[in-house]
Amino acid sequence: MSLFIQSIVNGLNQGAIYALIALGYTMVYGIIRMINFAHGDFIMVGAYTLFYTIPLMISAGMPAWLAVIIAIVICSVIGVMVEVIAYRPVRRSGSMSALITALAMSVFLENLAMVLFGANPKSVPAIFNLPAVEILGAKLQLKYLLTLGIGILIMVGLQLFVKFTKLGKAMRAVPQDKQAATLVGIKVNKIITTTFAIGSGLAAVAALMYCSTYPRCTTDMGSMMGLKAFIAAVLGGIGVIPGAMIGGLIVGLVEIFVKVYIAPGWYEAITYSILIIVLLIKPSGILGKNVGEKV
Amino acid sequence: MFKCGRSNRMKKIESKKVAYLLNFIAICIFFGILMILFKKEVFGSRTSYFQGICTTACYTIIMVASLNLLTGFMGEFSLGHAGFMSVGAFSSAILTNYLAESGIPSFVLFLMCLLVGGIAAGITGIAVGVPALRLRGDYLCIVTVAFAEIIRVAFCNFKITGGGKTMSGITRLSNFYWVFWVMVICVTIMYMYVRSRYGRTVMAIREDYIAASASGINVTYYKVLTFTISAFFAGIAGAIYAHYMTAIIPTNFNFNYSAEFLTEVIIGGTGSLTGSVIGAAFLSALPELMRQFSNYRMLAYSIVLVLVMIFKPSGIFGTYEFSLVRVINRLLGKSTTGSTASKKTVQEVE
Amino acid sequence: MGAATEPVLKAVHLGISFGGLKAVSDFSIEIGESELFGLIGPNGAGKTTVFNLLTGVYQPTEGGFYLNGEKMNGKKTHQVVEAGIARTFQNIRLFKKMTALENVKVAMNMKMKYNLVDAIFRTPTYWAEEKAVEEKALELLKVVHLEDKADTVAENLPYGQQRRLEIARALATHMKLLLLDEPAAGMNPTETAELLDIISVIRNHFKISVLLIEHDMSLVMKICEKIQVIDYGETIAFGTPEEIANHPRVIEAYLGKDEEENEC
Repeated sequence: MSLFIQSIVNGLNQGAIYALIALGYTMVYGIIRMINFAHGDFIMVGAYTLFYTIPLMISAGMPAWLAVIIAIVICSVIGVMVEVIAYRPVRRSGSMSALITALAMSVFLENLAMVLFGANPKSVPAIFNLPAVEILGAKLQLKYLLTLGIGILIMVGLQLFVKFTKLGKAMRAVPQDKQAATLVGIKVNKIITTTFAIGSGLAAVAALMYCSTYPRCTTDMGSMMGLKAFIAAVLGGIGVIPGAMIGGLIVGLVEIFVKVYIAPGWYEAITYSILIIVLLIKPSGILGKNVGEKV
Repeated sequence: MFKCGRSNRMKKIESKKVAYLLNFIAICIFFGILMILFKKEVFGSRTSYFQGICTTACYTIIMVASLNLLTGFMGEFSLGHAGFMSVGAFSSAILTNYLAESGIPSFVLFLMCLLVGGIAAGITGIAVGVPALRLRGDYLCIVTVAFAEIIRVAFCNFKITGGGKTMSGITRLSNFYWVFWVMVICVTIMYMYVRSRYGRTVMAIREDYIAASASGINVTYYKVLTFTISAFFAGIAGAIYAHYMTAIIPTNFNFNYSAEFLTEVIIGGTGSLTGSVIGAAFLSALPELMRQFSNYRMLAYSIVLVLVMIFKPSGIFGTYEFSLVRVINRLLGKSTTGSTASKKTVQEVE
Repeated sequence: MGAATEPVLKAVHLGISFGGLKAVSDFSIEIGESELFGLIGPNGAGKTTVFNLLTGVYQPTEGGFYLNGEKMNGKKTHQVVEAGIARTFQNIRLFKKMTALENVKVAMNMKMKYNLVDAIFRTPTYWAEEKAVEEKALELLKVVHLEDKADTVAENLPYGQQRRLEIARALATHMKLLLLDEPAAGMNPTETAELLDIISVIRNHFKISVLLIEHDMSLVMKICEKIQVIDYGETIAFGTPEEIANHPRVIEAYLGKDEEENEC
């Protein structure tokens, strides 16, 4: 029983991290129909930023988690740079060019980090000093609950932002019809850039949560995490904000439960099977709508 | 301008046969030069090192050309090609471990390895292709990643493949002289496939799959067929790899390795086997020759890739195929008559 | 209607609905051998949907259709084409980066017999068949007056020639029934005249039936022997051109209301 509860909490914690990353994928895909492979690597950027800034924060006498603000800024800046320098020039040449460019940016960021920071993993100092409590005989890390809380809070905030603010409405208008959006005075490029800034900023928050759970960063941490978060986004329905949360939590829970109860060595295979099954049976995901091709 | 002369067109078959022969002779000469260089030890103590680079180039060429079948000719991206390579590598390695003391001549064993590796990967290709090819574009691309990862996880868990540890002590069967000819044969077969009704059909599917099915083409069949052939050759490359490295680990065949192959396809030119051959040979040999910069290799690749995407999305060679006949004609001062598309020939090595 | 012989195409109460919305309902038609049949109707009437039904792109939710008495429901597009129904598209769908000749050759693929081994080893079977296909494809290009464009890449052809190339490609499938989706759309009078010429040559020379969707009433009136008019997915009139021209419901459908510019 205690193992069960612990697994649920671990799963939700893992899921919340996936969900936050998935939000970035979903927002970008929702607006320009492109899988931003480099998104996973923004987390890596965020994690390394934390690695270097947390000691500064501590020596300045401030709480360690404030370093996330710097991380958000840096991730957003890099996200916007990637968008403007690499993605914008190829936007008109079709989805395949965009995909390849995204892949190239992912490889670029990873290898740049390798050159700058070396191949050895770095361990990030503790971020939250929260005690563990005992419920029904299970030892629960409070920081896990905090992660989940932050995740849900951001998701709700983002949903409200997209639904009710002018900028959010413009974000929803652009994918419907770019030309029409331009006609009513929406600056499409600016909206896309803003989307990248927000998505990349969220990756920094995800990096904070990841590092508080697994206090280390490697140059290749982003690509596989990103892929799983992408699976979460597809499962929930890509382009749909609450879908990312649902998908993330499901993937997180499934991974932890397979790891604990079924076959520890196979949990990744199960995650990837989820993707394959979803894409073959209902490519639009749990909350998405189906769209066919016109003949 | 080309005027549609019936006799002119019919003459082309003969000229094609001559072209095949010429290319074959050219390859033999190229091989002869390499062999003399290596046998005479022109590079001194570094001879075996250069041979190693050439072997690496050969199996990379097979990988990149086979991936180009999908990417360039069928128009679908696969980011899981290393998965098929690993199937070929592990299945052939298991075979050699099993037959190690049986006294089969090593050349026969080598051929058996290639065949087993290719067939195993081909079967995996069917198993992956049938469900996956119902998708297209970026979704297909991401599903190939998923399948490759599942293959990797499976090999990390199976006892027979080393259970996640390095599988070492595989007999070293791949030597440059054999691998070179395997590469030539593989690329030739792929070229023949592309320049036949099969290749034509697959390209039509790439251009417009709805119109293709309205022209009576069973789109799914040809897609799965091409996917399987591509996987088959990746398996052969994997078998060469395993018996060259003599030690393999499932985690080597990861997402990044697949991405590397795709990068080389695109830089070389989607839809050009010449581009694949030259691109793969160049890109796999260059970093070896400049060891001190090896850290910067993928960094440079990615920058080149972005530049290619921005300035020449079809890759350096585009859909251009090198034609020895055309070169000879130009040297002899003959005007190049006739069409370009239907008489292009590829020369495998240059 | 040729009562004694089996009609080439027979559709009975064909219908399809998308999410409860009936796009086409109760569509029946009989086309005899070498007949030139017109299908007209205002924008959004469901003409292209009928074509998509007849080529297996959509599966009908009601009714069925038969080619020379053979049931076609449930067949996939390529199987329908193999049975003998070929089509062109309203918004031209050529293999853009391939030459005109290759475009035609692609459609002959299903009649070609040589296998992978022949292709790889370049056996005599391969050479013989490729040669035959090349000759045949050139002949078909000649039918649509494109023989001198054989090696031109399809996307570089002018609009009218692209439409004709699509017809040549359809002819290459050896069909019994040709569905033409607005073949004259966007053509100037000279090009249209050439097209009409080609259509009549096809009919007489290849003995095939043609079902034609056209917007341009005068063109349909001029060449079609029989005309069926649909609106809102339902057949509202059927008859010879003269009968149609004076049919009150047709006049109402065309002139009575303003339709939205939305072809399905």
